[in-house]
Amino acid sequence: MRNRKKTINDFKMAIAARSVNESFCRAAVGAFAALCDPTVEELSDLKTAVSEAVTNCIVHGYREKPGRIYIDAALLEGNVLRVKIRDKGCGIEDVSRAMEPLFTTAGGERSGLGFTVMESFTDSLKVRSAPGKGTVVTLTKKITGKCDG
Amino acid sequence: MTITQENGSMTARLTGEIDHHTAAYLRHAIDASFVRIRPDRLILDFSGVTFMDSSGVGLALGRYRQTRAAGGTLVLTGLSDRDRRMMQLSGMQNKEGIEFR
Repeated sequence: MRNRKKTINDFKMAIAARSVNESFCRAAVGAFAALCDPTVEELSDLKTAVSEAVTNCIVHGYREKPGRIYIDAALLEGNVLRVKIRDKGCGIEDVSRAMEPLFTTAGGERSGLGFTVMESFTDSLKVRSAPGKGTVVTLTKKITGKCDG
Repeated sequence: MTITQENGSMTARLTGEIDHHTAAYLRHAIDASFVRIRPDRLILDFSGVTFMDSSGVGLALGRYRQTRAAGGTLVLTGLSDRDRRMMQLSGMQNKEGIEFR
């Protein structure tokens, strides 16, 4: 049986999948995380990982076409922040391959480092996706500060 | 962002946040000056950058390809420790014609 951590605080938002909203998404999650008094480094890591996930929704999930991004952030017991970032876009055929460093299908100037950066800057990364069904990225990060419960 | 030129070098001083949205503008602005100036060395100065995700790495890789195609070199300077770490995830530090300061 899975040991589920109790949710202490949470917020949800849905926003248009437009590149201009990337900064808003990471700022919103950052403001929520700031309630836990994270270090500057923890906050920067989290905002970077969120920015990568949101950009993936826009560039890969919706291929720069209109859509919505759903963000569900929760503070769990034990000072763990969990952020789910979901799109209803085209999905990923081969998740393992997509998570390889430098792999990209977008071409242009995408570095192919999105998932690598998410993995490097969080404590855990889970990706659930299927072609035509969209993608859910779940990030968790433990915060060393004191959270108000 | 401000762009200056001196002794065959072109310096782009980047400021603010670099993500997929802002990188598009930066790319166009740098490339337009690069074509006009044709420098031997392109310097990207990140000291004024307050946030960067992997779009900044893509921006640097694209400018690296551009400078190499023109026979020049790329210099990356002013990177924070975390942004330098992100650049290094791409293996950029092992490429010829690129210098980290």
